[in-house]
Amino acid sequence: MKVTVTVNGRQVAAEVADRTLLVHFVRDVAGLTATNVGCDTSSCGACTVLLDGQSVKSCTVLAAQADGCEVTTVEGLASEPGEMHPVQRAFHAEHALQCGFCTPGMVMATVSLLAENPKPTEEQVRSGLEGNLCRCTGYHNIVRAVLAASER
Amino acid sequence: MSILGTRVVRTEDPRLLTAGGTYVDDLRLPELAGAARVTFVRSPFAHARITGIDASAAREAPGVVAVLTYSDIDDIPPPPPPPEGGPPPGSEAAPMPLGGPWQEPLLAVDKVRFVGEAVAIVLTDDSYQGEDAAELVVVDYEPLPAVVGIGEALAGGTLLFPDAGSNIPVAHPAGDLAFDGCDVVVEREIVNQRVAPVPMEGRAAAACWVDGKLTVWVSTQNAQISRFILAGAFGLDPGTIRVVAPDVGGGFGAKVGLDRDAIIVAWAARHVGRPLRWVETRSENLTGMTHGRAQRHTVKIGGTRDGRVLAYRLDVVQDTGAYPRMGGFLPTLTNLMAPGPYDIAHVVAGYRVVVTNTTPISAYRGAGRPEATAAIERAMDLFAAEIGMDPAEVRRKNLVPSDQFPYQSPCGALYDTGDYIGGLDKVLAGAGYADLRAEQARRRERGDVVQLGIGVSSYVEITAADADNGETARLVVHDDGTATVYTGSSAHGQGHHTSWAMIVEADLGIQMEKVTVKHGDTDEIPLGTGTYASRSLQLGGVAVHRANLEVKEQARKLAADLMEASEADLELDTDSGRWQVRGDPGASRTWADVASHAGAEGLTAFVHYTDGAPTFPFGSHVAVAEVDTETGKVTLVRHVTVDDAGTVLNPVLTEGQRHGGIAQGVAQALLEEMVYDAEGNPLTGTLADYATITAAELPSFELLVSETPATINPLGAKGIGEAGTIGATPAMQSAVIDALSHLGVRHIDMPTTPVRVWTAISEARASQ
Amino acid sequence: MIPAPFSYHRAWTVEDALDLAAQHGDDAKFLAGGHSLLPLMKLRLAVPQVLVDIGRLPEFRYIRDDGSHIAVGALTSHHDLAESSLLASELPLLAHAAGQVGDPQVRHRGTIGGSLAHADPAADLPAVILALDATLVARGPSGSRPIEAAEFFRSLFETALEPGELLTEIRIPKPSAAGWSFQKFTKRAIDWAIVGVAVQGSNVALVNMGQTPVRASAVEQALAAGASPREAAAHAAEGTSPTDDINADRGYREHLARVLVARGLEESRSRA
Repeated sequence: MKVTVTVNGRQVAAEVADRTLLVHFVRDVAGLTATNVGCDTSSCGACTVLLDGQSVKSCTVLAAQADGCEVTTVEGLASEPGEMHPVQRAFHAEHALQCGFCTPGMVMATVSLLAENPKPTEEQVRSGLEGNLCRCTGYHNIVRAVLAASER
Repeated sequence: MSILGTRVVRTEDPRLLTAGGTYVDDLRLPELAGAARVTFVRSPFAHARITGIDASAAREAPGVVAVLTYSDIDDIPPPPPPPEGGPPPGSEAAPMPLGGPWQEPLLAVDKVRFVGEAVAIVLTDDSYQGEDAAELVVVDYEPLPAVVGIGEALAGGTLLFPDAGSNIPVAHPAGDLAFDGCDVVVEREIVNQRVAPVPMEGRAAAACWVDGKLTVWVSTQNAQISRFILAGAFGLDPGTIRVVAPDVGGGFGAKVGLDRDAIIVAWAARHVGRPLRWVETRSENLTGMTHGRAQRHTVKIGGTRDGRVLAYRLDVVQDTGAYPRMGGFLPTLTNLMAPGPYDIAHVVAGYRVVVTNTTPISAYRGAGRPEATAAIERAMDLFAAEIGMDPAEVRRKNLVPSDQFPYQSPCGALYDTGDYIGGLDKVLAGAGYADLRAEQARRRERGDVVQLGIGVSSYVEITAADADNGETARLVVHDDGTATVYTGSSAHGQGHHTSWAMIVEADLGIQMEKVTVKHGDTDEIPLGTGTYASRSLQLGGVAVHRANLEVKEQARKLAADLMEASEADLELDTDSGRWQVRGDPGASRTWADVASHAGAEGLTAFVHYTDGAPTFPFGSHVAVAEVDTETGKVTLVRHVTVDDAGTVLNPVLTEGQRHGGIAQGVAQALLEEMVYDAEGNPLTGTLADYATITAAELPSFELLVSETPATINPLGAKGIGEAGTIGATPAMQSAVIDALSHLGVRHIDMPTTPVRVWTAISEARASQ
Repeated sequence: MIPAPFSYHRAWTVEDALDLAAQHGDDAKFLAGGHSLLPLMKLRLAVPQVLVDIGRLPEFRYIRDDGSHIAVGALTSHHDLAESSLLASELPLLAHAAGQVGDPQVRHRGTIGGSLAHADPAADLPAVILALDATLVARGPSGSRPIEAAEFFRSLFETALEPGELLTEIRIPKPSAAGWSFQKFTKRAIDWAIVGVAVQGSNVALVNMGQTPVRASAVEQALAAGASPREAAAHAAEGTSPTDDINADRGYREHLARVLVARGLEESRSRA
């Protein structure tokens, strides 16, 4: 079937198998490989993108369900090439990433969290990120980054 | 002012944050254009004979290029026998997979020995087709009794390798120890449970052969070792193999080298004459990637009533899973570190390795040392409880005093530098230990439902255990004054690009922004050892430092010639990065000037640093836990640590390693366990069931600063990568037990899940 | 990791949806948020040949004050339920429980209708609507019909919905008793409840204590007879059939039910 998704402001249209997952549409059709697949039970959040502004696990959405919708990935956050979005800047400043594999999903989950709750408490940040697993950082600096980004 | 020791954010980040890393599945290279995808057919049985494989339906499925089994492998030489006269493989001197009767095939031949073992591979144009086609491969199995658990393995009723005659591939059992003079002796069997490493990126590899030359891109912690393994597997000259480690999404010891499934991919690419790419799913990863820990300990500790420990015996049984891939390596390290940071007069330690019908075991963050620490810390707490002494006090009485270094432990390790008592005192002060005990007492008196537990751990661990393998660094200063470092280390999150650039800036005054660091490509860096065992700063960083110094001396000669001055009169101003005549800053030359003057061979040095030695970071942790005594639920409220790995190069990176280590350590104590049923079926084979820890279960950590330099290297560096994990697990476990000690609870095996905690509470109450 | 092949049809109207379902019969399943169905399909534990996507039917996302009851459209997301100020004042139990489902990403996609139709006894919302004495509205080819919550959950993953029927609305009477509590006991915050308790006034329903969500009738009877929360809670496990799994055995679940019912009743009283 034909699926058309606006990814980071660019319309991407393709003929894909009905069962194509949105994460594979983003990675293989739109060619944006920053968003990663980390599990197969919708547990890890590495595939998190924004779908019409809300964080979703793109491995648990069919590309067909996103037909006609807008998707934002980490590659589409900065307003200019070479620039960084405040959340990206905060992650950098607070050493909130190590291997980087969970990071795109973590950043997008953060953007959505702060859009819905601009000044979260530490506890709200921790529960707000419970759908995003990280094995490297112990979350300590990720929480600091989210709190830092929230004060900007 | 040197940049070393200052907080520097990572140069690696902007790319990772804006474009994302390039992991194996992200590679879009001409060599991999048209690569087929690999999907494995894996055994659903823990132990079975294979009586037939019918791939005919699978071969007809859409997009299938080939379906391959063991019978297609006709082009790989048999593995060489162990070298004559050398130590037997799998012994402490040669930790390699055991061959002979314990040989692990590439694809299952006539038997499978663990759920998840590779039986066949399906090659398709895309991965969706691969899953469909793999379902159509029909394998006939005749199930055999599964050996699950150490008890069954030792009993030997069923043998995994009948030709071997037992389920015990390696054994150095603990001898007896007389506990003479001990007023008090406590003995207990404890479990260090099997866990899964769960790096966020699973295993992945891509391979292509062009004119007999093999290139493999693999998610690995060391490309050079992987090349060595591939050369051995195929009987090829390493010079015809290139291995590339692209960005790697975590390893934690489980991606040292490359494993059998990746070798199969490389073989299959040659067999079908097409490049291949394999990216495992998470479910595959949880049973296909090696697991960690899985030791059973019998600890026996004895001492005097005033708190002095006189004797300790540790008997380890290592469950190594279906194939003894690491021989006796892990329990050897456990035995080496058995006494921990304590000065115990008589220590005996030994081990046996057993095979079971479960996923093979290999290194996982700490690799044998967390097990040693968990054992001695439990033993110390059991001893403390027996004599009615505060566990911190018992530790202080037994820690190796600061004036005893270098300290020769009775198990053969030479602890280099340390301040164990200082570390303990610092963490107790930082945690407010006396106040915590007072709060605990108040809650006990009130009979609160939610009780408070305080767990104290002290540890020492061995890093760069294989220091004699060393590490390499090649530094090139280019004509434009920029520099490139080619390192044998292989960061997968540790920030080496930032750290090595810092070292170049500190030594040579070449600004970090002008320093490029490269790793992980055997064409560019044929010799290197890689990143594991917390070795990279103290070996790889020191190699960079030495290369800097060699380049500096070459540069001095070049500058002297350029400036028509004598070498003795020249100095390098590391703030400005300029060579100048002492006392005459007006006449100076830049690195660009000097490098341009170097001639055809360029301004470069190569160092293979092999005269380091293992170092011994140490520390103490305090974990504060709340336990709901009606439900058994545990909440970690605070975690305070001292983790001393010598001089800190970049506090940002060191803290990050400590945070991540603490989280994994706490997770083992509180949540994680790979569980198998009696038939060897994994019950925790997906991330829905295997309980990795999330941000919601953890507090922010309280890290205290402590730097007791190593003396073996000029950076004063030991290794921080695994220390946090080693200290955190016993502190967390101890906190849970401590919360219930007034009820008579003396021990709860990890993980201290709510049902286990509640069971311990119920049993304690019932027996009162 | 990838579902078996299927053909996807988007329903643009509810009639479309019903026609497609009728056409394909047993081969078809409705797809709303997909966060119960797609995970099963990815593991190939469910292999429908046809998916009818009702997820964007606009007329089923609402939360409406209908006087004596609150009407919730079946395609309202957990996120919208959790954020609704109307629910916060009229049905805080539902708002709070919806905010506990999964994690934020799951709540953005998962719907109340999808969760109820999936009927996992370990899920949060089935027990909540049971405690709230809700009426579910099902629509099929021959029209709409109401189904009481007490009749809706038949067995594990089985409801009173006929093949080809779709949930359109959940009608919840405004509670006469104001107190409420939701006790969700988990190992980790994102986990399914090992045991859960939903309390509205003196209505008590249990999560994960059987093949369906169940009302703790013995507890309710004890309360009606004048028992205190702790006394009534002692009956929490009566008439239940909890399972054994890696997180809990039957005895532990029964114990948790007693503890959580007591806490739930006490908390509910404190809010009344």
